[in-house]
Amino acid sequence: MHIVVCIKQVPDSAQIRVHPVTNTIMRQGVPAIINPFDLFAIEEALQLKDRYGARVTVLTMGPPQAEVALRKAVAYGADEMVLLTDRAFAGADTLATSYALAQAIRKLGEEEPVDLVLTGKQTIDGDTAQVGPGIARRLDLQLLTYVSAITDLDPGGKTIEVQRRSEGGVQVIRTRLPALVTVLEGGSTIRFATMPNMFRAERQPVQQWNREQAGIDDVGKIGLKGSPTVVSKIFTPRAGNRRAKMIGAEMGSAGEVASAVLDLLGSEHPRFARELGLAAP
Amino acid sequence: MTEKFDAIVVGAGPAGNAAAYTLASAGLKVLQLERGETPGTKNVQGAILYSDALERIIPDFRNEAPLERHIIEQRMWVLDDDSAIGTSYRSEAFSSDRPNRYTILRAPFDRWFSEKVRAAGALVICETTVTELLQEGGRVVGVRTDREEGDIYADVVILADGVNSLLARKAGFHGELDPRNVALAVKEIHFLPEETLQGRFNIKGSEGVVIEIAGAVTHGMVGTAFLYTNRESITLGIGCLLSDFKKTRVPPYALLEELKQHPAIAPLIEGGEMKEYAAHLIPEGGYKAIPKLYGEGWMIVGDSAGLVNAAHREGSNLAMTSGRIAAETVIALHGKGLPCSQENLAVYRAALDESFVMKDLKKYRELPEVLHGNPHFFSVYPKLFNRAAHTMLTVDGEDKHSKEKTVRRSFVEQRSLLGLMGDAYRMWRATR
Ligand SMILES: Cc1cc2nc3c(=O)[nH]c(=O)nc-3n(C[C@H](O)[C@H](O)[C@H](O)COP(=O)(O)OP(=O)(O)OC[C@H]3O[C@@H](n4cnc5c(N)ncnc54)[C@H](O)[C@@H]3O)c2cc1C
Repeated sequence: MHIVVCIKQVPDSAQIRVHPVTNTIMRQGVPAIINPFDLFAIEEALQLKDRYGARVTVLTMGPPQAEVALRKAVAYGADEMVLLTDRAFAGADTLATSYALAQAIRKLGEEEPVDLVLTGKQTIDGDTAQVGPGIARRLDLQLLTYVSAITDLDPGGKTIEVQRRSEGGVQVIRTRLPALVTVLEGGSTIRFATMPNMFRAERQPVQQWNREQAGIDDVGKIGLKGSPTVVSKIFTPRAGNRRAKMIGAEMGSAGEVASAVLDLLGSEHPRFARELGLAAP
Repeated sequence: MTEKFDAIVVGAGPAGNAAAYTLASAGLKVLQLERGETPGTKNVQGAILYSDALERIIPDFRNEAPLERHIIEQRMWVLDDDSAIGTSYRSEAFSSDRPNRYTILRAPFDRWFSEKVRAAGALVICETTVTELLQEGGRVVGVRTDREEGDIYADVVILADGVNSLLARKAGFHGELDPRNVALAVKEIHFLPEETLQGRFNIKGSEGVVIEIAGAVTHGMVGTAFLYTNRESITLGIGCLLSDFKKTRVPPYALLEELKQHPAIAPLIEGGEMKEYAAHLIPEGGYKAIPKLYGEGWMIVGDSAGLVNAAHREGSNLAMTSGRIAAETVIALHGKGLPCSQENLAVYRAALDESFVMKDLKKYRELPEVLHGNPHFFSVYPKLFNRAAHTMLTVDGEDKHSKEKTVRRSFVEQRSLLGLMGDAYRMWRATR
């Protein structure tokens, strides 16, 4: 079984600082980490490897420094690393990114057919959750998003069963492979790397692929050229400035305060009061 | 794991990096283990980098290392509650093409040094804590780490794990750290625009100023404070002996707050934005507190060996030098095909004795004891010197002769003539 995990190196948003003098975001010195959601995807892949045996390839598109993220994934137990890196990829939006990654996965499949592609549910720097579905569409993979657990997989029969979070509850879905699964947070946390894997992660060469090596002929589909997304404006949403009402703590018992709150809600939102069965004023 | 190395270095501070770099550059098979996420994440220093020690390891470090400012002026201040007396030395000669001292920020500096170690061919593994030394028949044969399948073997283990080396203690090479032999220091970094900083300190380009501070701010405890200029920030810190903190129960950060509010300091950092706060121990027991430095299959270097010259606030250079000498010892033995036995590793101690490291520590060997037994050096004298200056510099119709008499009387009243002579003698003995 061949599993490909797509990961992304992102700035650790918990440690981003604003330069106190110039008020600009200080990228320098902000540590780069593996997108936290991708860690859950890596762990799912490794658990499948433990259970059924699999070759796990980690794939990322990014600058040469992104190899640190790949090495980390190998320390956890992944087998191979592929880094898509080329100036031609720069400035890619989710459409161009998913195209490039899909091409690379197609290329990887030439060596050994890919049964399963895993990604995190979204990245913490873009928050779009579009790249996974984009890859699935292009490679004609069964798409399973927001998966909280892979409950079963049959490598011979080529089927997979997952639990998927949806608005109303949990869906249990069984489908055929090859599939693409985007993994939710909250499953098993990433394992502690063993010493032999730490050594391997430092020593194993990273396969670096440029545009041609990734099997991409049409430069119009990658990088800035292949990116129709236009960021017209970046702004902080204005905070609402409706007045807050203070309901006095001096009123005494919690019960009294609570009924004051309900009265107020009832008078401002009559429908809400009716639905709750509160006496309309 | 069955893999074996020529040497394992524990820790990626200046001592460990110097050792690993030297070993790997000579073609030895080296493993370096660091518990921090990346080298430098856990390390704290003022920090002044002394060029000489690094130059002997990486001669052209100036072209690539992340340096903040080269020091052209050193001030020494003795504070009273709202005054300061001091001296300073400034020289254009310090702006030569090979400046002698620089301010650095340890996080980027350590990261750079570690990259050099990797490039030299050492295997550098971070986020891994060495939990104990593996011993067989009284010989250290490797290390145990906190990872699965994490026992690793080597001909020699170099301990560069910093002050309060748990590993050395666990193996029985050290005793418990005596609180009288260790200082606790706290420091902050304050951001300021480069032009503001240059204006305030009367410097241009990458010139820098350091201020070493003693006096009332330590509340009579044995300790000092410092202020260093970085490119776009100021590092300000203060440290005192742990035993004194225990006695006075003054919280260290309260001292730092007082220091920041002192009228001689406050205007220098005004408008700056605090960026980071850190606390760390410094081994200050000096020569007499140095433990055994080597044995069967092991050596200790840097802070974990207590190699800090507190009187001159030198630590990283002793760390790098001891790391380098330890590595050179192993390289020589390796070349001759000799084992890293206790007998053969004695060369390390001998070479260290011949270097400035031990010579300087020996020179100040009585100092910790003297400072400890004479707390008035940190309480009475700062006041006396400040008052003397105040008296002499106030023009109020009183004649100079009478003023001198007042000053003399204040000294004798506080310390008695014999006391003064004794103090002078003790200080001379402790630093000669
Ligand atoms: C506030 C302050 C100001 C100072 N100012 C100066 C100055 O201006 N100039 C100067 O020269 N010196 C200064 N010093 C002293 C200087 O910082 C030290 O002497 C120097 O850092 C010692 O280097 P080292 O490599 O021995 O130890 P460290 O720098 O402490 O490095 C030890 C390393 O070992 C790692 N480690 C520890 N235990 C383990 C383990 N079990 N497994 C794996 N890794 C481990 C640690 O994470 C760390 O990276 C100052 C110190 C302080 C606290």
